[in-house]
Amino acid sequence: MSSADLTTDVARRPFTGRRARLGDLVLEGVAGAAALAACALVGLIAWKIVDGARLSLSTFGPGFVTRIAWNPVAGREVYGAASFLFGTAITSLAALLLAAPLAMGIALFLTELAPRAIRGPVTALVETLAAIPSVVIGLWGILVLGPQLRLHIEPWLHSTLGFIPLFGTPSPAGASIFTAVVVLTIMILPIVASISRELFLGVPQELKEGALALGTTRWEMVRGVVLPYARGGIAAALILGLGRAIGEAIAVTQVIGGGVFIHWNLFDGGDTLASKIAAEYQGATSKLQISSLISLALILLVFSLVVNLLAQWIVRRAARSHGGGTVRP
Amino acid sequence: MSVHGLSRSQQRSDRLARRRAVNRLMETLAWLSAALAVAVLGVVVWSVAARGAGALNLDLLTKPPVPFSLTPVKQGVANAFAGTIVIVGLATAMALPVGILVAIYVNEFARPAARSGITLALDVLNGVPAIVIGIFVFGLLVVGRGQSGLAGAFALACLMLPLVARSTMEVLSLVPSSLREASLALGVPRWRTTLSIVLPQTIGGVLTGTTLAVARIAGETAPLLFTSSIVGTQVSWDPHRALQTVPVAIFELSESPDPADHARAWAAALVLLVFILFASLGARWLATRSRRKLGAAR
Repeated sequence: MSSADLTTDVARRPFTGRRARLGDLVLEGVAGAAALAACALVGLIAWKIVDGARLSLSTFGPGFVTRIAWNPVAGREVYGAASFLFGTAITSLAALLLAAPLAMGIALFLTELAPRAIRGPVTALVETLAAIPSVVIGLWGILVLGPQLRLHIEPWLHSTLGFIPLFGTPSPAGASIFTAVVVLTIMILPIVASISRELFLGVPQELKEGALALGTTRWEMVRGVVLPYARGGIAAALILGLGRAIGEAIAVTQVIGGGVFIHWNLFDGGDTLASKIAAEYQGATSKLQISSLISLALILLVFSLVVNLLAQWIVRRAARSHGGGTVRP
Repeated sequence: MSVHGLSRSQQRSDRLARRRAVNRLMETLAWLSAALAVAVLGVVVWSVAARGAGALNLDLLTKPPVPFSLTPVKQGVANAFAGTIVIVGLATAMALPVGILVAIYVNEFARPAARSGITLALDVLNGVPAIVIGIFVFGLLVVGRGQSGLAGAFALACLMLPLVARSTMEVLSLVPSSLREASLALGVPRWRTTLSIVLPQTIGGVLTGTTLAVARIAGETAPLLFTSSIVGTQVSWDPHRALQTVPVAIFELSESPDPADHARAWAAALVLLVFILFASLGARWLATRSRRKLGAAR
């Protein structure tokens, strides 16, 4: 930073000539305009979404978020987001619950346990999992994973844990919230794992060696040193994973089946905010229906803003308490 | 006395055994979770490869789909491949220059306050769900005008911009400031220094970031559903009309009840996956190469 200030002074010396200064101004102006455009784009997105949602919000008021309804029949149109909010909450929280311990395990394996020879390849493989497009994961989910879960896993879970309402009767249609949860878990797992890996790499070696020298086992060292040191970053990584799960539309639409109701049976169909929007892409005709879809997008946008800013805030707070630990989505 | 000491050491070794057992359990769980992730990747890739390879032929790439035919005909998704090439190309043409300029501004010109503001905006943009970007472009460009390849490309460019800007910022910050200072000390004006001394150093990194971003947006479906999805079956290269794309084609074919459609979906997914995996691996290779080069320059 100090060198940049120095260069500014040097560059503005008079002998560089008027043309040179004009060139500087032009480049700074063009680059600044691009940066301004990027910031304006965020504002434009927010404004366009709010503007599009206005009709639906003024028609239904705050009741939009508490009503369970999606009826596009002309003359009897009524829309509400409650069942989709519920679907989003249950799928993304369940996926996070499954992905969090697995991701910690992967990150610990890659930083503490893996033999040097397989460390690089396994890291690359985990990142490759993140690169698979959601529509391909969804295709696999609907044609391979879904039938397997319906035929084997779901009946088994139902017969052994059926007393818990979550594990109800498997739906014969094949699509289920449970499949969506598994698909989301697969999608957020590599993200949370690779952020956590970087966090664990940032834990100072002296702290870890100190703990081991005191006679702790490796797990006690991890629990006593690595995890507390990376705590803030892990929270941020999990929140970013949650944000990813909330916003995922395509793969969830393919496997979740659809339906406008709230129920606790994981083995039946449902819809999330994002999957409902994606599912309606060819069907929305009336102005009110389109506006209601945009209202769902508005809720998603608010969620994503809250999630991002929260993660940023946690990272900053963690960075203030100790030097290291940067998290990037 | 001796009995007492013995029992205490007995206790201690019991506790040590328990601590070791917990440690072993946790290590095993960590191994298993890594194995699970690799296994899932293997199963997904194998499913796509096994099912896609059977249906993969030249017709897939060269023949358009044939709707409502009662007899089996040779058909493919050529329109989707053409559309993806056009839309991804246009999106890259929109996002790449803007992204690089944003990075130049942040790294070479901006004050710290502006820098953190722009970085935050890029992070927020990066966090906006793809489907919301799709709805935004639908409201901005599609309502009243109809869907078009250009609208789809703009939606993908919105996703690509933060990726390109972020990766360019990272490589720009790696360029040693001694290079800038040497150039400025020779009397080269700032803009020439930036464009012909600093920027060429970052080409490897920018190429890596761009390749990764292209690999990412080539597989995006959600932004295109509302912007470029209601299409005919003919092959078209005209971005003023709605164009079919590979991800949207896979999405539609996967929801069809016809197994022949599933076969084409798998084959298209295989082509897409191979492209994305090669692009990611290529980017990784480029990254290690350019990092070595930058390290040598230092």
